[in-house]
Amino acid sequence: MSADAVAAAESGLLEVRGLMKRFGGVTAVNALDMTVRNGDVHALIGPNGSGKTTTLNVISALYRADGGSIRFDGTELLGKPAHAIARLGIARTFQNIRLFGDLPVVENVMIGRHVRTRTGFVGALLPGGATAREERATRDRACELLAFVGIGAAANAQARSLPYGDQRRVEIARALAGEPRLLLLDEPAAGMNPTETDDLVALLRRIREGGTTLLLIEHDMNLVMSVSDRITVLNFGQHIAEGPPDEIARNADVITAYLGGTLDAA
Amino acid sequence: MSLRNAAGIAVLIVAVGLVPVFVHSDYALNLFGVAGIYAIAVMGLGILLGFTGQMSLAQAAFFGIGAYTSGYLTVHFGWSVWPAMACAVLVSALVGVAVGYPCLRLSGHYLALATIGFGIITQLVLINWKDFTNGSDGMTGIPPPQIGSFVFDTYGRYYYLVLAVMLLCAYVAWRIKTTRVGRALAAIRENEIAARACGIDATRYKIIAFVLAGSYAGLAGSLLAHDIKFLSPDSYSFDQSVVFLVMLILGGSSSIGGAILGAVLLWCLPEVLRPLRSSYIMVYGAAVVAMVIFMPRGLAGLLEAARTRFARGTPPPGSAAPVVAKAEAV
Repeated sequence: MSADAVAAAESGLLEVRGLMKRFGGVTAVNALDMTVRNGDVHALIGPNGSGKTTTLNVISALYRADGGSIRFDGTELLGKPAHAIARLGIARTFQNIRLFGDLPVVENVMIGRHVRTRTGFVGALLPGGATAREERATRDRACELLAFVGIGAAANAQARSLPYGDQRRVEIARALAGEPRLLLLDEPAAGMNPTETDDLVALLRRIREGGTTLLLIEHDMNLVMSVSDRITVLNFGQHIAEGPPDEIARNADVITAYLGGTLDAA
Repeated sequence: MSLRNAAGIAVLIVAVGLVPVFVHSDYALNLFGVAGIYAIAVMGLGILLGFTGQMSLAQAAFFGIGAYTSGYLTVHFGWSVWPAMACAVLVSALVGVAVGYPCLRLSGHYLALATIGFGIITQLVLINWKDFTNGSDGMTGIPPPQIGSFVFDTYGRYYYLVLAVMLLCAYVAWRIKTTRVGRALAAIRENEIAARACGIDATRYKIIAFVLAGSYAGLAGSLLAHDIKFLSPDSYSFDQSVVFLVMLILGGSSSIGGAILGAVLLWCLPEVLRPLRSSYIMVYGAAVVAMVIFMPRGLAGLLEAARTRFARGTPPPGSAAPVVAKAEAV
């Protein structure tokens, strides 16, 4: 790693500083600091209601923050609309899956390529040429991604008709279609059986090898401990620990606040 | 689009194009011509409601804006029809931007209510802005369009003009639907939050859809003005917007062919029911209710289901499933 690359990794791809989010009288995220390093798999964990999903929603601008700062590769994200953040290279999946249910699976993924394609209104009216080329390339890329996440055979099925685990894979393929630098995953293993979870772990590793940084929320501790480079622990909207998995597993605050016992049990 | 679909559509177009050869009644040709004009306005609504999932009950207002713009420019300024028609589309589009920008921050019932308000305001303006519209007396003396010395002054000729414009509009809608812009619109309809997270500027695309809907209605209004050559504000009421909506829902809201079919059917149905005299509106209403209940996806959905069943009944060796999948993808 060159000196510059080291510096970039240390300064972090995503830097959250003093982030505040209130809902009425409830402070969901309270002065949160978090640094996601470039190329890492970074897990955000904590008990239910600790503000994990809220943090993700603020990063992707589905919620508006009440204070603080989020810098992505040096660019301030707060104040930008959701679509602009996607354009900067942050994609996400949702805890409660949000597919375009009526559309074929492949079109779900093609929509994910919106930020990487150009055909507008005028292009649509001129068939052939650049429009046809881009259309074909978008479809081909979407099919590749479906194969990459392991559901290539389902391309023409209606998204809503897929089993739950496959729907999660469609969401991941759709998110990857925009070639994000940072991928936010909100409980990707929720509702999966152990075999599916193992497949997911392998998929997450392959995504990371492709150079995409991952920030994930997950309750499955085996998954978190096996894929994460770093972990941030939240409790009551506040950051209580950040570090590599083995360090977090030994952290007394984490054990009492989050697990109420020892991590070995998990 | 598969080769089979393309061939089917070509046959259909030729058949519809041959209608004036066999039907010589001015009454029938005028009926079909106006049905085609309505189909254009309904297709526009389809882009907004069917493709994008946004409700509007102001389609008749844009229909009126197009009609009056075209009428005024030709009657008072002596413009020829084509530039007036282009202006009618442009003015409708601009009004679409002005109304869509604030309204599309709303959604669901609130958006529907806001568009109703705009529709009512527009009709009141048409009634009361007498210098421009001649009020309830209506605007008369609107000229027919012409190319060189060829004047579209018979119902047969106008039928072909409407058919050509309608096919052009259908083509544009189809191209939009099947490329990137259409996918962005569908994404907004299916899940707006996910669409935004995919980098789609939902507000902008909703305004685009609203403007397209208004432009289609404006073009249709202009075509109607130069067809019937007389404009009166009662044709552009809230009721008319509801009729456009019913035509679309009946046809199948996200289907282009369905929009055309719904418009033609509902426009011609009262004529078919005319022998029933005063009880016709009851039968008409009951028929609409029955169709909506028994064909929730409209005529287009019904036809597609029939075609799927047909394809299953007589499968080409080993390729039944892909044919069905393709038909659904279009």
